[in-house]
Amino acid sequence: MAKITFIQHDGTEHVHEGKTGLSVMEVAVKNNVPGIDADCGGACACATCHVYVDAAWLEKTGEKTAMEESMLDFAEGVEPNSRLACQIKIADGLDGLVVRLPESQH
Amino acid sequence: MTSPDAHVVIVGAGHAGGTLAALLRQYGHAGPVTLVGEEPIPPYQRPPLSKAWLKGEADAETLALKPLEFYAENRIDFRPSVCGVRIDRDQKRLALSDGTDLAYDILVLATGARPIRLPIPGADLEGILELRTAADAEALKGALGPGRTMAVVGGGYIGLEAAASARALGADAVVLEREPRILARVAGEVLSTFFRTLHEGHGVQFLTGASVTGFRGEAGRVTGVELADGRVIDCDLALVGVGAVPNQELAQEAGLAVNRGVVVDLEARTSDPSIFAIGDVTLRPMPIYGRDFRMESVPNALEQAKQAACAITGRPAPAGETPWQWSDQYDIKLQIAGYNFDSDQTLVRGDPGSGRFAIFHLKGDQVQAVEAINSPPEFMMGRQLIGSRRPVDKQRLADPSISMKEVAAA
Repeated sequence: MAKITFIQHDGTEHVHEGKTGLSVMEVAVKNNVPGIDADCGGACACATCHVYVDAAWLEKTGEKTAMEESMLDFAEGVEPNSRLACQIKIADGLDGLVVRLPESQH
Repeated sequence: MTSPDAHVVIVGAGHAGGTLAALLRQYGHAGPVTLVGEEPIPPYQRPPLSKAWLKGEADAETLALKPLEFYAENRIDFRPSVCGVRIDRDQKRLALSDGTDLAYDILVLATGARPIRLPIPGADLEGILELRTAADAEALKGALGPGRTMAVVGGGYIGLEAAASARALGADAVVLEREPRILARVAGEVLSTFFRTLHEGHGVQFLTGASVTGFRGEAGRVTGVELADGRVIDCDLALVGVGAVPNQELAQEAGLAVNRGVVVDLEARTSDPSIFAIGDVTLRPMPIYGRDFRMESVPNALEQAKQAACAITGRPAPAGETPWQWSDQYDIKLQIAGYNFDSDQTLVRGDPGSGRFAIFHLKGDQVQAVEAINSPPEFMMGRQLIGSRRPVDKQRLADPSISMKEVAAA
């Protein structure tokens, strides 16, 4: 289990527990966190679960795959700490993870 | 805008209905929401049924759109195992299959589509399966395994995805397609050829131009598929995937406008202002193509759920979208943007032999659709070009050494 904090673009915070093995996207969607659309349900096909990972956590969330990198390259407002939340798997080391959400997912 | 305490009744708890219920709460709708579903379980994702779920890589919890307790916690009255049977538009009541009825202020039809069943001899034998629901997938999973042979009737995406999963589970797969090529209704020739070669490389067999006329069985179980030319293809199970028809009867009997789907506008509203319809059941306008059509896809279900949620809660309508869909088979990710209407040219960017290429369908110098194989830049940029209707330089588009960003910037 890991506690994840999602911070909406307007500053609203949502804190949810995520089970190990789920993705950060799944934790957001199953808890109805606004701002993560996740149209493809985690197939890395749509880039609508774009998040900004808090600097302190960037290393622990692991490397981006070529597919993720390539999808993100065409998302809006991409920063060096951008990730697709469907590609970050919850592990014990991620307890306390903070991610920020973009204004929109298009 | 609807009154904030209006009772919204959603008939159909698939991807569209489930998403709408959640969005209504996310957008602050305060009134009661009732979600009526024919299946015994809360809304779930169907795409993994033919892929990760079939291969045992996803469980029921992963499939579910939201956990069961979400509905009670969000004051969504989820009613499983019941369907709508009659709409009384004057009294604004929906009669249900359990004999009760519900008063509504807003009714949303999210009844989806159902697989076409072949009206041929032997079609009711055991072991003849379809793939639409979690229960269907459960039955298919139970029937597959090493040494089993699955005949797939219909070379569409569902059949091909199931064939790929069958191979991963050690089963044999034979695809029987009536047309001269697989994916004939939904893809161009280049893509058909690519997928056939891909599947053959994984040991899937194909018979095209194969018209299925019946099923053979022993002791009530299917043992083979009969073709019009007299051949019989032996199998232990048969998966029929030959398309779907909209579940529009409820709307039709209520006198709503239907035309190969429940007719809606860009707010997802039907010809009755108190009734919306979303997802696979609808025939909807698609302004970028200047026409109305019916789409069976998750992105469309989500988009129309947003349209209806915005209209019901008085939010501005979502920006016009470019339709898209995807498919995963083996290590291939196919992403499709747009629909291939009215195109006069097909342009292949990259080498199909490399397993990484994209097919652009153009009308003049505008992109109508793109089919991208393991090529996210082509998909993402192609999708933007389809939506913007901006002209492209076709020579540059055909040259993979020029990046998609540069192509689009020109």
